[in-house]
Amino acid sequence: MQEVLRKQIMPDTHLTCVKTDKFKTCTLSVNLIAPLDREAAPKNALLPKVLLRGTAAHPDMAQLNAALDELYGARIVPLIRKKGENHCVGFLADFIDDDFVPADERILEKTAALLGEVLLSPTTHGGLLRADYVDGEKKNLIDEIRAGINDKRSYALDRLFELMCDKERFGVHKLGDEARAAEITPMSLTRHYQSLLSGARVEVFYCGAHDPARVEAAVLSALAALPRSGPATPVTTDVRLEAVTKEPRVFTDKLDVNQGKLTIGFRLGKSMLSPNYAALMVFNAAYGGSVTSKLFLNVREKLSLCYYASSLIEKHKGVMAVSSGVECTKFEVAQNEILAQLDAMKKGDISDWELLSAKRAVITSIKANMDKPAGLEEMFFDQTIASIKITPDELAALADSVTAGEISEIASGVELDSIYYLTCLDNGGDAHEN
Amino acid sequence: MKTKCYDRIGEQVYSEKLENGLTVFVVRKQGYNKKYAFFATDYGGADRRFKLGGRWLDTPMGVAHFLEHKMFDTEDGNALAELSANGASPNAFTSTDITAYFFESIEKFQENLEILLSFVSIPYFTPESVQKEQGIIGQEIRMTEDEPDYAVYYGLMKALYKHNPLRDSVAGTVESIAEITADTLYSCHKVFYNPSNMVLVVAGDVDPEQITAAARKILPKEPGELPQRDYGPAEAMTPESGRFEARMEVSIPIFLMGCKAIPPVKDIDFLRQELIGTLAMDILAGRSSPLFLKMYEEGLINNNFSAAYEYAAGAACTIAGGESANPDRVFELYKQAAGDLAAKGPDPELFNRLKKAMQGRQLRSLNSFETICYNTARGYFRGYDAFQAPEVLAAVTREDITAFARDNLRSGDMALSVILPKNA
Repeated sequence: MQEVLRKQIMPDTHLTCVKTDKFKTCTLSVNLIAPLDREAAPKNALLPKVLLRGTAAHPDMAQLNAALDELYGARIVPLIRKKGENHCVGFLADFIDDDFVPADERILEKTAALLGEVLLSPTTHGGLLRADYVDGEKKNLIDEIRAGINDKRSYALDRLFELMCDKERFGVHKLGDEARAAEITPMSLTRHYQSLLSGARVEVFYCGAHDPARVEAAVLSALAALPRSGPATPVTTDVRLEAVTKEPRVFTDKLDVNQGKLTIGFRLGKSMLSPNYAALMVFNAAYGGSVTSKLFLNVREKLSLCYYASSLIEKHKGVMAVSSGVECTKFEVAQNEILAQLDAMKKGDISDWELLSAKRAVITSIKANMDKPAGLEEMFFDQTIASIKITPDELAALADSVTAGEISEIASGVELDSIYYLTCLDNGGDAHEN
Repeated sequence: MKTKCYDRIGEQVYSEKLENGLTVFVVRKQGYNKKYAFFATDYGGADRRFKLGGRWLDTPMGVAHFLEHKMFDTEDGNALAELSANGASPNAFTSTDITAYFFESIEKFQENLEILLSFVSIPYFTPESVQKEQGIIGQEIRMTEDEPDYAVYYGLMKALYKHNPLRDSVAGTVESIAEITADTLYSCHKVFYNPSNMVLVVAGDVDPEQITAAARKILPKEPGELPQRDYGPAEAMTPESGRFEARMEVSIPIFLMGCKAIPPVKDIDFLRQELIGTLAMDILAGRSSPLFLKMYEEGLINNNFSAAYEYAAGAACTIAGGESANPDRVFELYKQAAGDLAAKGPDPELFNRLKKAMQGRQLRSLNSFETICYNTARGYFRGYDAFQAPEVLAAVTREDITAFARDNLRSGDMALSVILPKNA
């Protein structure tokens, strides 16, 4: 049995509590929601890493990690997420359920207190976040930004959105850029930290076997020092319905790789005016988001062109990307096929089998996510950002009733915006540069 | 059917060995939407030389993985699509020593289970379908060859081992898979996909009797022979070469350090050594270890640093690595710390604390059906009961860690693999 309770526990601060005894662990996350912004992005990304270096009571990693070890290997990991044009930063803690602990150790209260301490009582020097921690984590952040290129598949997607949305806040990377990261000082980060704490909307999520009243008490006590001074910054995303230019914009990077990456960006168009999220999920599953999708069956299986060709939708921003790994010499064939499959959907070419399979894939993924603590956390968080009031079970039921007409209607509004080629040094690429 | 209760972790496991040699495990989990089935064979990328009809047969690199892709083809179409259309999310993987097919589904579980058992046990290959797959897998290989994590791992294996198949990529190379024919696939299926060499593990709110009934209905009635395989002569404990180095499109050097470990020989020793090895690596280089903290605070390593103990294909090793501007310095410090651990043993407070943390991690892993099923299957193939891990861990002592470090973290026998940035 799963019971969901959502309530405001402080001004602009909500607690979502999923009570279930099926897991052996409990999950507790705290998220601060800020606008995605080029200047603030690297500071947001840096903050949780610096805070995890030490608190007033546990001033270094050795002491903080030891405290976590003592709580039977509880974890507190940083969360840095981009949801539409919102930048969400915070921490996720997970810890084992009291049932499996020898004595009455009150792991929930102790972990919540530690989480609150990490968020609200950092170790400081002269009123500022410690310079050695800020510098050390700044270097790590810059390394992490540079390391984006190591995974070519996700790098190609990041580059596509960066280029496609260069005039929109969505084009900002969730880690920010290297130059702005390099300018951060203990002073600028401390100021940012204080304004973020007082101005951000806060979302707390818990899932586990404890009674919601006990969770609320533990969270309230842990967050007692959270400044809540005025109305929080609103949570918004500017959704652009049409492509930026009539003809798609084309971007190319050359790297010394064996396999090229073809990444295509789209605007979801008119369906974003009043989005039907269930239908969008089924549309994506039918086009390229599942193994029964048109892209998987045609681009990969039938033409044997690539190892992967899949689509994803960012529902908050209303954009879609198709990403695919192909021989650099075969970009054109793959691209034509990817676009032809979308055209087919626009014309209503969606078989009963395709529709049914896509719905099953969506329903399975929603319900299977409910069986994972981290999946539940992300799902409820997404719902909050998008102001969706329905439960995951209701979303699954809605997906089941989506029609081929609705999918085709979504497809017909989709506009090709940009194409990004990550191509090999020696061949390919040239033929595609218009 | 046997039932075992593990009160310490609150789990209940049913098991039965069927007439055809297949062992079935059912882990009852209540309150979950999904049910999960995991059907695996004790056959992986390292099993290249084996006996068939009394003769030793050598097969190209990458057959186990190729076979995994091709098994989804059925005479009527494709099982991947059939399962997906039926509400299951199916997938498969091939590791060095295991090939597994699995799905999770919310509805029609029994029907989907029958599809799974059927497509994995009935091979259907044609020259055309093999040729088409060479295109898809060729792209998969090209993709992984661009991945620095892959390159640094196989670099280390090549630096450690002289001839063990762990040196070679599970997927093979574009050239090696070109040698694969439908006949190669049929031979390997015959040897390794017989029920005696396989295991079925199901997790979820299911009726164990229905699971064994499905296996009896779909699978071959006769047990096959247990396959004999050959990983070559025993390896020396010294590394083949001390160092591997390559340049790729990376932003910061990526490195992996390793040392061969003495492979465990029987059943529960596998589990014991795995737990001791994991805890020893935590104490040596985990996030609470003095070594990790010192290197992290100096900015020598970042959060991507990790350490582990591994066993596959008759060989065991300890590995640790991540990203660093100065991998050689990390290697020096690591060797020193390993030497200290072997000489002095672990600090008692750290030992107790990290053992406690590991007990918590063991419990956490029981949230994941994937982990439960994989660990159960792997334990079965190596002859131990994975659910005993908590009690085996509880009995581990400081002296076990010291002995492990002395035997298996020999600072003189360590190798380093490094991927350096192209334009540095």
